[in-house]
Amino acid sequence: MSLHVDAGQPTRAPVPPGRRHVRRNSPRSFRTWLDLKAAPYLLVSPYYLLFLLFGLFPLGFTLYYSFYKYDLTGTVEWTGLGNYTAMLADSAFWKAVVNTLGMFVIATVPQMLLALLLANALNKRFRGQLLVRMGVLLPLVTSVVAVAVVFTQLYGRDWGVINWILSWFGVDPIDWKAQRIPSWLAIATMVDWRWTGYNAIIFLAGMQTIPKDLYEAASIDGASRRRQFWQITVPMLRPTMIFVVLNSTIGGLTLFAEPTTFYNGNVHGGTDSQFQTVSMFIFEEGFREFDYGYASAAAWLLFLLILIGSLINFLLIRRIGGNK
Amino acid sequence: MIGNSRRGRMLAIAAASALALSVISACSTDDGGSSSTPSDGGSSAAAEKVTITLQTFGGGKNFGFKEAVDKWNAEHTDIQIKYDNLTDQFEQTYWPQMIQWLQSGAGAGDVVGIEEGGMGLAKAHPEWWADLGEFGLNNHQANFPAWKWENGVTVDGKLFALGTDVGGMSLCYRKDLFEKAGLPSDREEVGKLWPTWDDFVKVGHQFQAKVKDTKFVDGTNTLYNVVLVQEAAKNGNVAYFDKDNKLIVDSNPAVKTAYDFAEKISKEGLTAKLRNFTDEWKTGMKKSQFATLGCPAWMLGVVSGDDAAGPEFAGKWDVAAVPGGGGNWGGSWLAVPKQSKHPKEAAQVLEYLTGKEGQVSVFNYSGNLPSNVQAQQDPAVQGAKNEYFNDAPVGDIFVKSAGALQPVFLGVKHAQVKNAVESVVSAIDDGSVPYAEGWKRLVDDAVKAAG
Repeated sequence: MSLHVDAGQPTRAPVPPGRRHVRRNSPRSFRTWLDLKAAPYLLVSPYYLLFLLFGLFPLGFTLYYSFYKYDLTGTVEWTGLGNYTAMLADSAFWKAVVNTLGMFVIATVPQMLLALLLANALNKRFRGQLLVRMGVLLPLVTSVVAVAVVFTQLYGRDWGVINWILSWFGVDPIDWKAQRIPSWLAIATMVDWRWTGYNAIIFLAGMQTIPKDLYEAASIDGASRRRQFWQITVPMLRPTMIFVVLNSTIGGLTLFAEPTTFYNGNVHGGTDSQFQTVSMFIFEEGFREFDYGYASAAAWLLFLLILIGSLINFLLIRRIGGNK
Repeated sequence: MIGNSRRGRMLAIAAASALALSVISACSTDDGGSSSTPSDGGSSAAAEKVTITLQTFGGGKNFGFKEAVDKWNAEHTDIQIKYDNLTDQFEQTYWPQMIQWLQSGAGAGDVVGIEEGGMGLAKAHPEWWADLGEFGLNNHQANFPAWKWENGVTVDGKLFALGTDVGGMSLCYRKDLFEKAGLPSDREEVGKLWPTWDDFVKVGHQFQAKVKDTKFVDGTNTLYNVVLVQEAAKNGNVAYFDKDNKLIVDSNPAVKTAYDFAEKISKEGLTAKLRNFTDEWKTGMKKSQFATLGCPAWMLGVVSGDDAAGPEFAGKWDVAAVPGGGGNWGGSWLAVPKQSKHPKEAAQVLEYLTGKEGQVSVFNYSGNLPSNVQAQQDPAVQGAKNEYFNDAPVGDIFVKSAGALQPVFLGVKHAQVKNAVESVVSAIDDGSVPYAEGWKRLVDDAVKAAG
C-alpha cells in the first residue's frame, strides 16, 4: 500500500562499521521507529479492526436500535426505554429466561462433575493414554447440527430409541418435545455429550500443573486417594475451574443450535416455547417478526444476564476449598 | 543492522498486506455469489449463457416445476434455469429469509415463489420487484381469474407476480386402512360418508374402534386450516385480518369455528398429534400413523414426494370429497425481484412457468391445480387421473370446481399471525397448552404477532 520505506536504500548499502550515532530525521530513524513502535501495532491490528467491525460496532448498533421501534419492513421510530419496559412485562421473554437457566443448570452441573472425574481418571498412567485423551475430544469435532439431528431421532416420541428402552421398564412414551422438563433434559444431554470431553481436557491440563510433592506428602501423612482428590486436586484447580465455569456460563446462556435443530429448525422452541432459549427469542423477534428494536433490547438483557450469571459463578467457585 | 532493518521492512509489508487482505475479504462478501457475466441482457450479449435461479419452497414435489424446468433446459442453450427449492417451511423459514434478501438487495433468486400468506406484504413493497409490464406480461390478464391477477399487482398498480396454483380442496385417505376398518373404500362412497364435519368425526370413531395403531387424522393443524378457509368463505372471505388490515382473530367466527373443530378432534382422540410439515409428520406417513389428511390440490404433491409417503405407498392413498364443501387453501405466485441481474430473461422464464405449457406439466407431475385458465381448460388436465392416488380423477375433483374458488383476504402480517396461531393449535394437541386455555392463548399470541 502506501508504506514506501525503502527509498534511497541502495546508496547506503555498505554500512560503515562502528557507527556510533544515528542521525535524526533520516529515513533510517523512520524505519527504526516503524520497526520498534509501529510494526507491533500493525501486526495486531487485523484482529482489532475485525473486532471493531464485527464486535464493537454491532454492540453499539444494537444498543442504539434497542431504543427504537424498528420494523425491517416498515418504520423506525424512537421509543426510549419502551422496548425494555415492554420486555420486562412480556411473559414470552421470561419463559425464555427460565428455559435458558433451567437448561443451563441441568446441563452444566453434571457436566462439571463428570468432566472433573473424567480428567482425574485420564490423569493416571495407563496404556494408550494419548489415544484415550484424544478420543475424549472427538464429540467436539462433530458438527453441532449433526449431533442435534441424531439426538432428535433418539428422543423421538413414536420411534425413538430412548422411549423404546424406557418401555422395557414399563414407562409410557414420553413426548420429549411437548413436555417442558423432558425437553430440557434432552437438550442438556446434547450439550453435555459435546462439551464434557472438552472441559475434561482443560481440567486435565490444570491437574498436570499441580506439584507432585503435594500428593507425596499427603500419601506419607496417610491421606486416601479420594481425600487427595477433594483436598488437593480440587482446590489447586480453582483457577482452571473459574475459566471453565465462566466459559460454560457464556456458552450455556447463549444456547441456540441444539434446541433450534431439536424443533425442525424452528426458533419457536416447541409448540408452546417449551425449550425456547433467550437467543432463540432474540432470533424470533428479530428475524421472524422483524422487530429489530425489540430483539436488540432482548440481546442487551441477555448480555446483562450473562454478566450476572458469570459473576455469581465466579463468586461461588472462588469459595471452593479457599476458606481456610 | 542490515538484517534488522530488512526484517523491519518485511514486517511492515506483511502488516500492510494483512491489512489489505482483511479489507478485501470484508468487501468481497458484498457481491459474493453474483454471476461472473455483468451483461444486462442486451442484444450484443445475446450469445452469452444466462442462468436464471428459481427459488421456491414446499415439501415433496413443492411447485412441481421439475419436468417443466428439465424441458426448458433441454430446449434452450442461452437461458438455463437453476431450480432451487430452499425449504419446506414458508412462514418460518423461506419468507423471513426472502424478506431479508429483498430488503438488503442481495441473495434472492431471479424468479421467486411467494405463497398467498406473503402476498399482502409483497404488494405493499413495490420497490422489491421488477415491473413485469415492462416485459410485456400484462397481456396475460385474460388467462387468470380476476382475484389471482389482482393479487399480483402492487399497491401502486404495477404487475409484479403471476399466479401458479390455487388451493382446491379434497380429503386424502388411506384406502387400505379404510378396508381394514371395515369402512367403504371407494372414493364416491367415502365422500358420501361425510357430508359434514360432524359425520367425519363419527366415521373417525368407527375407524378408531377397529384400528388401534393408526389414528384417523394427522394432527390438529391441517384440518384447522381446511375448516378455516371453508368458514372464511361464509364470513366475508376474511381470516385473521379484515380488509383494512385490522386484526379480527377474536371476532371472526370462522377462526373460532375452526379452532373449536381442532379442539374437538384432539379431545376425542382422533389425532396422531403430529404437526404438519415437520419431520415427524413425514415419518408418520411412512409409518402409517394416520389414515386421512386434509388435501388442497398441492398436498397431493407433498404426500407423494419421496421425503413423505413416497413410492412405497403408491396406490394406497385415494382422494375423496371434503366434508363441508370446497375451499381455497394456499396457492402461490412467481415474481422477479428488482435485484435480479437478468430481469428480461427472468420474466421469460416466469412467463413460461406460469403459462399453459408450464402449468400443464406441473399439474401432471405434482397435481398442483393451475390458476391459469388456459391450462385448466386443457383436455389433458380436465381428464387427468393421478396414478399415485389410485388413479383418482383429479381433473374432475379439482379442476371443475376451480372457477368457483374464492380468495380469502390475507393481511400484511398474515404470515406472522398464522405462525403464532398454528403453534397454539398444535400445542393443544400435544398437551402443552390445556384445552381450557387454548383459545385465550391463541388470541393473545395473535395480537402479539400482529403488533
